Amino acid sequence: MTGHGRAAERSRTIELGMPTPASDPHRHLRGTEGFPAAAHRALADTQLRRNLGHATRTIRAKRAGVVAELDDWEELRRAGEAIKADTMARLPELLVQFEERVTARGGVVHWARDAEEANRIVVDLVRGTGADEVVKVKSMATQETGLNEALEAAGVAALETDLAELIVQLSHDRPSHFLVPAIHRNRAEIREIFLREMPDVDPDLTDEPRRLAMAARAHLRKRFLAAKVGISGVNFAVADTGTLSVVESEGNGRMCLTLPDTLITVMGVEKLVPTWSDLEVFLQLLPRSSTGERMNPYTSTWAGVTPGDGPQAFHLVLLDNGRSNVLADAQGRQALHCIRCSACLNVCPVYERTGGHAYGSIYPGPIGAVLSPQLTGIDGPHDVNATLPFASSLCGACFDACPVRIDIPSMLVQQRAAAVDAHTRRTGQDVAMAAAAIAMTTPGRFKLAERALGVGRVLAGRKGRISTLPWPLSGWSNARDLPAPPAETFRQWWARTHGGT
Amino acid sequence: MRIAVVATCLGDALFPQAPIATVELLERLGHEVVFPADQTCCGQMHVNTGYLDAALPVVRHHVEVFGQAFDAGVDAVVAPSGSCVGCVRHQHAMVARRAGDEGLARAAEQGAERTYELSELLVDVLGVTDVGAYYPHRVTYHPTCHSLRMLRVGDKPLQLLRAVRGLELVELADAEVCCGFGGTFAVKNAETSTAMLADKMAAVLSSKAEVCTAGDSSCLMHIGGGLSRLRSGVRTVHLAEILASTDRDDRSADIVFDRAEVRP
Amino acid sequence: MGARDEVLARLRTARDAGAPATPPIGVLSDPVVPRTYRSAGRFAPGGEQVLARLDETLTDYRATVTRVPTEDDVAAAVRAFLRTAGSVVVPPGLPEGWLAAFDGAVRRDEPACTVDELDHVDAVVTGAAVAIADTGTFVLDSGAPDQGRRVITLVPDHHVCVIRAADVVASVPEAIARLDPTRPLTFVSGPSATSDIELDRVEGVHGPRRLDVVLVGGLRPGEQ
Ligand code: SF4
Repeated sequence: MTGHGRAAERSRTIELGMPTPASDPHRHLRGTEGFPAAAHRALADTQLRRNLGHATRTIRAKRAGVVAELDDWEELRRAGEAIKADTMARLPELLVQFEERVTARGGVVHWARDAEEANRIVVDLVRGTGADEVVKVKSMATQETGLNEALEAAGVAALETDLAELIVQLSHDRPSHFLVPAIHRNRAEIREIFLREMPDVDPDLTDEPRRLAMAARAHLRKRFLAAKVGISGVNFAVADTGTLSVVESEGNGRMCLTLPDTLITVMGVEKLVPTWSDLEVFLQLLPRSSTGERMNPYTSTWAGVTPGDGPQAFHLVLLDNGRSNVLADAQGRQALHCIRCSACLNVCPVYERTGGHAYGSIYPGPIGAVLSPQLTGIDGPHDVNATLPFASSLCGACFDACPVRIDIPSMLVQQRAAAVDAHTRRTGQDVAMAAAAIAMTTPGRFKLAERALGVGRVLAGRKGRISTLPWPLSGWSNARDLPAPPAETFRQWWARTHGGT
Repeated sequence: MRIAVVATCLGDALFPQAPIATVELLERLGHEVVFPADQTCCGQMHVNTGYLDAALPVVRHHVEVFGQAFDAGVDAVVAPSGSCVGCVRHQHAMVARRAGDEGLARAAEQGAERTYELSELLVDVLGVTDVGAYYPHRVTYHPTCHSLRMLRVGDKPLQLLRAVRGLELVELADAEVCCGFGGTFAVKNAETSTAMLADKMAAVLSSKAEVCTAGDSSCLMHIGGGLSRLRSGVRTVHLAEILASTDRDDRSADIVFDRAEVRP
Repeated sequence: MGARDEVLARLRTARDAGAPATPPIGVLSDPVVPRTYRSAGRFAPGGEQVLARLDETLTDYRATVTRVPTEDDVAAAVRAFLRTAGSVVVPPGLPEGWLAAFDGAVRRDEPACTVDELDHVDAVVTGAAVAIADTGTFVLDSGAPDQGRRVITLVPDHHVCVIRAADVVASVPEAIARLDPTRPLTFVSGPSATSDIELDRVEGVHGPRRLDVVLVGGLRPGEQ
């Protein structure tokens, strides 16, 4: 699909049954400024730079260590890639099968076209229980829909229980990483936040990570034990058994999945895998790629309702919100294969320097740069999400790290093409690119263009290097010289030494 | 062997010393080198900036020019650039297929099969690691992203460098991390690119090398441009130039960023 | 159209529109899932090598492991782990013998304990359905009589798990094949932990902060 097609779709003359971009009522999929402007601020934040550098360096080393332990890592990656591709090719049928299994085991399945619909369903369900507080375990899907805002508007307090998520919530911040939404904070800042925002906190709290973890335990313990409603996301859902799973570390997930009377799970439709045995692949790929552990401390799986054990009411909300729009693109749909391990973020030299907030969307990093603009569609030439695919040097580190072999570099190129297609008027760059293409297919003109290089020699003067260039090339020359063009091009050298041409 | 050289647009116009060294090296090794004069550019800049439609005629032109060279008896095509070969091998057919031109896609794939980056040609095709070079300098090697991850040249350039007489090879910290060039990335996201460049330069400087080499003039232009701005006293030299150097033809004076003082 | 039909219709349209006419760019995807990874581990289930590896990987993640030669030795090992515990909760079907040497209060989860009761008990003792040596993991099956409801291994702060040699496999695929996906399962690898502060792992958050494992079998008597 071209960018023009997508832009047209955004105008919401939506036909029934047609793939549709996400609704984004709380602007969690789009920032307020383009990537270069947001990155400008992030790059100047020395604390942020240090925190991110330290955290990503740590996790890269851990990941490399545990990946090297498996001699069949490449085979696992290929299997993961193929399972996801197969899932996408059969997604509607698998979802119907999955719905049937969940229902048969006592779960209630709801479908949501977009963010508002998902929020409405969850808010109504919570209201039905009479609860005014819910405990939540990290879920990208509910961050995407802005469920917390919707619950708050309905008078329900949503308590994030994942430590990093709690830090983000307490500091009224935004998440900047899949796995560790507060990766941009260091221990001293976390201590500060806890002292300021936790009513019952020990005033002698130190910044020792163990003490900080204990403070979170104390803060949440009573509320877990009294919780009536839990809200969760999903890591993997199994179509042929109706099994759902949550992969976590702290035990907050187990608390949310086990203690409340009612469990509401919000799941993007792409989280499905066809069979139970597919988990043997993903439970190896995910922990090693994500926290760099052989296995994360806790993985919970459940299917529907189990009498006498855990919540006796289980609701599952299946969310589209733009996923159909991504699925409609033969190459772009690979973005739906993502298992949110964050390995691509951790190895990305751009992410490491700018952090997640610069991407605007709650899906940051390399995968976010291709997923966010596909979920939202690119809404004309000034859509800030159109800057995301350019936020990469195409170095390819993300592909090597991705446990399901998503070809992010190729997708970035493809999304750049979509962004270019969304230009409604020709930009200076469009004109330059067209002119260059003509020169590059007409050898005579190419030689002529090369002769213009003499201008560069004049610019360089006797110094032999060029230190200032006009906009837009000034970005280059602010930090880098450019050599003076040579006195003789290769072509001229060849003619002089080998004759001809 | 009869080898056609891709000068690359950047090599032709701005950094001719890399393709020149490639030609001289291959001729020294006893091969016949030809230069298909109608060549222009592989189209990488268009592709990577998202101009896939505009890239189509550029790709077609490249495929045709080198297709004719193969027809005229050329055995292999070489480019002293990992990213240009990466574009030929991984992007040409994609651009053609996207435009629905399956014939061009096939032709592109056929051409790509016999198109090599310099270290690949030397080690894999010609089977040499000691090319008889002499280069008495302390050198560190930056494995460019496209050589490393698109072409997977692995340690071939290092094998070649280790066999160079007089050369002291020193390790580069975090070598596999991108230098921040990324084509138009360095202009569109100049500040992020600069932050990446700063770390690369720090690694180069702490290696105490006097020369930083790589298989791609574009990355060298970036790293070298930064080192030159800092007047760091470290220069960037293309791998081909090092391999072309002999005790009778030391190219160590080829200081790109001080060209005015060096060349006529 | 209702939401269900609408979402399914969109996905059908999208699936057909996006069906790769040509292989995806860059990476070729094989429509058939290539299961060429190891489906079995390097060591046979239940053998000495696999037990030794499990011991290692559990210890790596800060569980304390005691190995005993036979079922008869379990009681002493459990008692040693429970030295500081005055009370324990156990699933209804826990083998009686395992607590024979423990002299504190034992609460069987039948009738089911309240959360408040669990919050005041010092420890929990269970068996396990299967353990994975490669990853230092054991799996609790809430339908098994010696493992019990999920909540009993969650609220108490100290978990003692008894794992029999026959239930130890080397790899994740072998474990998945032995499990029942319709029952609530909990995969446990070490005590509760977090990497959320500067991506360093710290043990002990909401789940049990202390994890002890009794590994039964594989040793000749006296080798302990
Ligand atoms: S794209 Fe791949 S590496 Fe990145 S988060 Fe998703 S699964 Fe992980």
